[in-house]
Amino acid sequence: MNFRHKFVFLFPGLFVLIGILIFPIIFTIRLSLSGWNSYTPEMNFIGITNYIRLFTDDPRFWESFFRLSFLSVSTVVLQYIIGFALALIVWREIKFKRFFRVIFLIPMMTTPVIMTVIWRTFFHESLGPLNDLLGRLGVEPILWLSDPVIAKFTVIIVEVWQWTPFMFLLLLAGLLSLPKEPFLAAAIDGASSFRKFVYVTFPLMAPISIGAIIIRLIEASKIMDTVFVLTSGGPGTATETSSFYIYIKGLREFQMGYAATLSFTYLVIMIISLTIIAKVLTKLMIKE
Amino acid sequence: MNKFYTILKYSFITLWTVFIVAPFLWAVSTSFKDFQSVNSKVTYIPWLDFEPTLEGWKVLIKSPARGGVDIVEPYFNSIFVTCTASLISIVLGTLAAYALSRFTFKAGFVRNNDITFFFISQRIMPPIVLSIPFFIFLSTIGLLDSLVGLVVVYIVLLMPIAVWIMVDFFNRVPKELDETALIDGCNPYQAFYKVVLPNSIPGLIVAGMFCIIFGWIDFFFAFILTFTEVQLLPVKVVALNSSITPWWSLSASALVSVAPLIIVAFVVERYLSKGNLSGALK
Repeated sequence: MNFRHKFVFLFPGLFVLIGILIFPIIFTIRLSLSGWNSYTPEMNFIGITNYIRLFTDDPRFWESFFRLSFLSVSTVVLQYIIGFALALIVWREIKFKRFFRVIFLIPMMTTPVIMTVIWRTFFHESLGPLNDLLGRLGVEPILWLSDPVIAKFTVIIVEVWQWTPFMFLLLLAGLLSLPKEPFLAAAIDGASSFRKFVYVTFPLMAPISIGAIIIRLIEASKIMDTVFVLTSGGPGTATETSSFYIYIKGLREFQMGYAATLSFTYLVIMIISLTIIAKVLTKLMIKE
Repeated sequence: MNKFYTILKYSFITLWTVFIVAPFLWAVSTSFKDFQSVNSKVTYIPWLDFEPTLEGWKVLIKSPARGGVDIVEPYFNSIFVTCTASLISIVLGTLAAYALSRFTFKAGFVRNNDITFFFISQRIMPPIVLSIPFFIFLSTIGLLDSLVGLVVVYIVLLMPIAVWIMVDFFNRVPKELDETALIDGCNPYQAFYKVVLPNSIPGLIVAGMFCIIFGWIDFFFAFILTFTEVQLLPVKVVALNSSITPWWSLSASALVSVAPLIIVAFVVERYLSKGNLSGALK
């Protein structure tokens, strides 16, 4: 086909995206080499001082990064297991199938921060319904938001509530698009439901699963809204994630230069680790 | 064994449904409470546990000067920003997706897949990484705290989604379709506009819905890049979440904010059941 036309289709979108993004990216890199803070709000040049500080003298960033890894991996694993189970159940004919499908989709349509505001009242330690109901069953009040360990699980609960539907949607759409023949063959062979799942459904779903997990990991690694409203990173720094730490450094303490260093380092780590995870998952789930 | 499995299945989905619905029920109940019924002890059922009032709902339309919250303007701001950014992203994203699905690009080591990946990879950027430079960028060109500035930023959020869904979708639309149109004497633009687009409506709807969802639910950019002139809905609602939280108006405004997109859940389910989504979302 004519050579010229393809660029007419591609370029508007490509250039708008590059046009909007080129400044922020170059600016972030340049800013990371400066000492811009509230005392000297200017673009001076201090070389790699910020990077040296980050790699030698900032355990809080690395802690927040490991916390983020823990939170995002555990939420995505839970979402995958629950989402897959739900998708398998409503894939087949069951009573009120369409009703359940709609219900299972609803949380992803709701604004995370707004629902988290509701969750915050829900988990309220003295006035919230959860501790009240548990109390009626004789359970001692649980410190959902102020215990450093439990607060992490509260964040996980809210994230799982919010985003399992997305996993469910991707997996159900995948299940519905599977070819029918392998299932017929398995049925003729008299395979049990369990064997059918292990030998037919799961292998067929592997590429879709990998895609869904990667997409969710990308989104989960940005976890910020929930933490911001639910615990503000607290108690102490118990639920502080990388994004939230960068936010504190950059927009609360106005150490812009250092925050840019954190941003850039974080972005590089994310791209590398997501690429590795994608490769490993593909190796694990798709057997030759 | 089979019966046991059925019971397990139904109890699992029932439990999950309860888990999903619980915060909504709590919010509905709370929105009709007053100070007394929130702060004395935990109450659940109106009339039985507490005397319902409409205070929480009335506050929403009162102007701030009279002690209200006034979420009407943020509501329209949110609708405007979401719809405009989605529309632009869909138009540009669909064109780019069509190019990436139908033509071969080669520039050095860059191939089609690399360009597609470039588009989609923009989702990896955490909002915080972009928000600091955007803050300075927008204040330099005078678009901080404005609707236009937000639309520009939201395009970055939404175009990757449009490209991601539409590339996959176009890959499934048979090539013969446009080839026939070209043989029939259409130029490439006519072939795209008159033949390919009308056959891509399901894909466009899915992409549009996803753009609207992800535009509507964004909080962070709106939070960083706007102050007083322009406020979006999530920012307004979260601002209510102060130390002395009026739980009733908080719940009412939360319900009003999440309501419109719940309709989207029904539309998505319809497409899912008709099998149209399977192709568009793989």
